[in-house]
Amino acid sequence: MSGAIAGTGVPAPSLVRARRSSLTRSRIRAAWLFIAPTLVILTLIAGWPLARTIWFSFTDASLNSLDDYDFIGFENYLANYDGEWLGLLTEPDWWHSVWNTVWFTAISVSIETVLGIVVALILNAAFPGRGLMRAVILIPWAIPTVVSARMWNWMLHDQFGVINDMLLRLGLIAAPITWTANPDTALWTVVMVDVWKTTPFMALLILAALQMLPGDIYEAARVDGVHPVRVFFRVTLPLIKPALLVAVIFRALDSLRVFDLIYVLTANSRDTASMSVYARQQLVDFQEVGLGSAASTLIFLIIALLIVITLALGRVRLGEDPR
Amino acid sequence: MKHLARIGFWLLVLAIGLFSIFPFYYAIVSSFRSGAELFSVAYLPQRLDFSNYAAVFERQPFGRNILNSILVAGSVVAVSLGLGITAAYAFGRIAFRGRSLLLMTILAVSMFPQVAVLSGMFELIRSLGLYNTLPGLILANLMLTLPFTVWVLTTFMRELPKEIEEAAYVDGATPWIVVRRVFLPLMAPAAVTTGLLAFIVSWNEFLFALTFTLTNEQRTVPPAIALMSGSTAYELPWGTIMAASVIVTLPIIALVLVFQRKIVAGLTAGAVKG
Repeated sequence: MSGAIAGTGVPAPSLVRARRSSLTRSRIRAAWLFIAPTLVILTLIAGWPLARTIWFSFTDASLNSLDDYDFIGFENYLANYDGEWLGLLTEPDWWHSVWNTVWFTAISVSIETVLGIVVALILNAAFPGRGLMRAVILIPWAIPTVVSARMWNWMLHDQFGVINDMLLRLGLIAAPITWTANPDTALWTVVMVDVWKTTPFMALLILAALQMLPGDIYEAARVDGVHPVRVFFRVTLPLIKPALLVAVIFRALDSLRVFDLIYVLTANSRDTASMSVYARQQLVDFQEVGLGSAASTLIFLIIALLIVITLALGRVRLGEDPR
Repeated sequence: MKHLARIGFWLLVLAIGLFSIFPFYYAIVSSFRSGAELFSVAYLPQRLDFSNYAAVFERQPFGRNILNSILVAGSVVAVSLGLGITAAYAFGRIAFRGRSLLLMTILAVSMFPQVAVLSGMFELIRSLGLYNTLPGLILANLMLTLPFTVWVLTTFMRELPKEIEEAAYVDGATPWIVVRRVFLPLMAPAAVTTGLLAFIVSWNEFLFALTFTLTNEQRTVPPAIALMSGSTAYELPWGTIMAASVIVTLPIIALVLVFQRKIVAGLTAGAVKG
């Protein structure tokens, strides 16, 4: 639709509206065209595989005969054969992996949050070498998880490892510890390496929040002679709470799907297997696509539930209109 | 008291620095030691012995693995950014019905557990004839990078002032021209940030690479390092593994140190996975 009426320089009001709405319509059409490729690809590589995984969980498919399977309903989850309950929900190894994952998530995210706040507070203070320090703490985050697991594997080696050597020299332990093989220490070892790797991420998110805080509050607190610890708990912590919450949720969602670290650090040990490790083991090592998909589906449901809660909490921010 | 606090502060800084660097430092020290030397602990490098570095490339197609990783990560970044910028323009600058819902769905995909799509993705990749090939890995990795690319770029898009495109529209430009001529140059810094994050995600990806490849020649670096073994199952070639670790970590660390500020900006904009 062409705009101004010929001969007059100023378009009539109704035509302005018509032109604007036509522009809006053409922009909306463009918007759909622009997001179409992304939507198509995401449907193909995320939506479709997810749907197939859920479908497989109701079948007896196996890895070497993926095209030839029968629908068996909920038998992969729970089934009763002659009075005996079978299926994933009766599998102690599955519940063990669920427990491992939840325990790992709770402990490691808690430690990372506390350490993240400490590191962020330090990096927020002005001191010479702060820029260098900020770069240095990014190093663990940047190292590929598999590589860091292998590095720690070697440092934690029961006979030739540097960690045992240090602790022996300092007299903290009497005999070398088999860190990754011993059920008592294995999961703590995983937590430690995860803390090493992801605290920087936490610290940087918190640091970003700290740097947005207005300086005059602190000035006022200082003039009034309020103790710094009190300032932290009364002023800083409440102000960074929203950012902290986002960081914690993202880390928790990430920890719940942990795979690489545990797979490489402690091999396929039952003592440390996470939900993802268990599901992959069923799928690939035992070729049980049905059972493995059932485990995958449960993991998806658990995490989806948490995502829905997260998004509901953050809805206000997401629903914001563009400027 | 004041001095004590200062000393305590610096000790803390020192401890954090040491804790961050030591594992990588120790990997470098170990990578220069071989044979029986590795059976004793050394805190300082004694001599520069590059035999482990040579062994990495002799005993397995590690050069090929590195090339594979670069090809996969490079393609993933290119596709993610190309699709991401146009999609982010639509999400960030145009109000249309269903926008919030779609954006939230995409955000939800970026939080997907990878294992939830594993069997479906396996079937898809095999039916497309892409099992044990690099295009298969590129396709799979897009699931990890595309959603957060769209998300982070949308965040950056929204921060640009509204007047930018209005002038172009008044001059009669189409949305496509606005994206290409107006937003592409403006988004370049954000694209660098997001591209770097996508590169790191793809470079580090392990589960898909482990599951969707079969032969050593098609593997990317993470499964190659994870599956590196010695002559017997009990005797792992630690010196060689450390050399391989150092080789693949150095470029990433260099990238991170150079682009530190950009990466932090991207992380905080999208709060993507670490």
